[in-house]
Amino acid sequence: MSTASLTASGELAHTRSARAASVTAFKALLLRDMAVLYKTLAMVLVRTAMQPVLLIFVFTYVFPRIGQGVGGGGERSAGFSTLLVAGVVGLSVIFTGIQAVALPLVNEFGYTKEIEDRILAPLPVWAVAVEKIVAGAIQALIAGAFVFPLAALIPSTPVHLHVHWVVLVTLAPLACLLGGALGLAIGTRFDTRQVPLIFSIIVLPITFLGAMYYTWSSLAKVRWLQLVVLVNPLVYMNEGFRKALTAGVPTMPAPAIYTALTLFTVGLGALGIQGFKKRVIA
Amino acid sequence: MRLQPDEAVRRSGNEGGGEEVIRTQGLTKVYPGGILAVDRLDLSVRAGEIFGLLGPNGAGKTTTAGMLTTRVLPTAGRAWVAGVDVVAEPALAKQVIGVVPQTSTLDRSLTVWENLYYHGRYFGMPAKSARAATDDTLERFRLADRAKAEVLELSGGMAQRLMVARAILHRPSILFLDEPTAGLDPQSRLALWEILAELHSDGQTVLLSTHYMEEAEQLCHRIAIMDHGQILALDTAAGLKQTVAADTEIRIQAEGDLDDLARELTGRVDGAVDARVVEDTVHLSVRGGRRLLPQVLAAADDAGFQVSDISVNEPTLETVFISLTGKDLRE
Repeated sequence: MSTASLTASGELAHTRSARAASVTAFKALLLRDMAVLYKTLAMVLVRTAMQPVLLIFVFTYVFPRIGQGVGGGGERSAGFSTLLVAGVVGLSVIFTGIQAVALPLVNEFGYTKEIEDRILAPLPVWAVAVEKIVAGAIQALIAGAFVFPLAALIPSTPVHLHVHWVVLVTLAPLACLLGGALGLAIGTRFDTRQVPLIFSIIVLPITFLGAMYYTWSSLAKVRWLQLVVLVNPLVYMNEGFRKALTAGVPTMPAPAIYTALTLFTVGLGALGIQGFKKRVIA
Repeated sequence: MRLQPDEAVRRSGNEGGGEEVIRTQGLTKVYPGGILAVDRLDLSVRAGEIFGLLGPNGAGKTTTAGMLTTRVLPTAGRAWVAGVDVVAEPALAKQVIGVVPQTSTLDRSLTVWENLYYHGRYFGMPAKSARAATDDTLERFRLADRAKAEVLELSGGMAQRLMVARAILHRPSILFLDEPTAGLDPQSRLALWEILAELHSDGQTVLLSTHYMEEAEQLCHRIAIMDHGQILALDTAAGLKQTVAADTEIRIQAEGDLDDLARELTGRVDGAVDARVVEDTVHLSVRGGRRLLPQVLAAADDAGFQVSDISVNEPTLETVFISLTGKDLRE
């Protein structure tokens, strides 16, 4: 039997190849996500900015003013501000990736299975999952770009940034994809009712132990911790953002950073895609 | 080739004709834990027909529809929609089907209008035609004045209309409806039936699963009665009713041991072919009997029963279902 068939109107129902239809559907899903993002942009930006702005405000504006500068006074506290800018960008990226992907899945996998309308779009289910990662990454990229100027302007001490463009434009998309992949893995691998709890169990340790307030190399004094945090993807993101935005701050070697970020993205992405398929296909 | 509506209807008749648009071969689903939901199902649905799967909850209707719409992976067997193998080429199969699931899967982040528009885009419509199709469809489904509403603001009936509108927007070869009127008020149900009748007159092929026999009887050309994952009988409503030996069904309510009453009536009423107790009522099937009511009342009286209510009916699909399974559709 041929694959063509008659529709109500007598037209051929699918004249398009699976590949062509999938590419179009993928783009349309992205378009839908961007439309939803646009509608809620103000809310998303407030949500994104709140934590980093407060962090930067307290650590790099209030503390130096009241004489409790972290990292000591003067130049050293300027060094801390510089270091924190990169960390805050990394934090926003990973946070947004998780929020943009994992939280909507709570609704979409919920009682009514709202996700089914997208599952029934003419593309493979794995591609719907990949689209979620990409949409999350775009949102993370916007978040990072939005936070960056705030992080550079708020501190009361001078911030010495040296942008390495090649590193920045290659690293940022990779870090954003990693944030989306982590969000998908969290959103699909845990019971939807547990997702808010996951924030305390997974997200908080990731951020506090993510080499955000300190460089990874400075952890050498607590060797066991320095080794343990290597399982934390945010460590590589922050090290990478410091490489991209600062000079004279010791970071991991670039190949180590890129390799780790790539492996985490692929690994978490695969975990998330598999989890997604399990959720939507019985 | 263009299929005229009347031709589509004619070709969908019981005896051959319409092109086969759904076919299954030994289709089986065993869920984890060994639950056999669908058991070696062989099905053939033709173009232009409204095909009904009638059965109680848990009969395997939703799982069958799930497998045909790529959302449930068969454990064994094969299935084709519009000639596309749904397991081997799910992405291709999804191009030719429209699905209205049991629960509302409307996109709650989008407005009514956007729900249709983005659906059109998913299915490859360029922006301009998606806009035009959305406007037309909203008009046709009498939802145009709610275009800007959030989907959560819609009533149950309107949400269901929107689901159907969305499912047919991309002109699928087959429209799947899973219990489309469950939970709808009678007015909304009638409105949906009208829409389906209209779609049918345009030649739309529909696979409808339901546990409402009136719905199956009103809408479907052929009905497959399902229970325990198997098809017990398959025919037109009239054909199914002919399989029941009786031409009249009398329902009797009375005090006392109803099994006993059922036995007594089978023995005493002329032409009685069968009597069953369904919930608190005796269903007595009779063929060619005359002056039935007085006969039944006298027989019950003789056997020492006080009849509290009695009604005479033509056999319904429920009668067929009961005669096939010995139980009520609602059970």
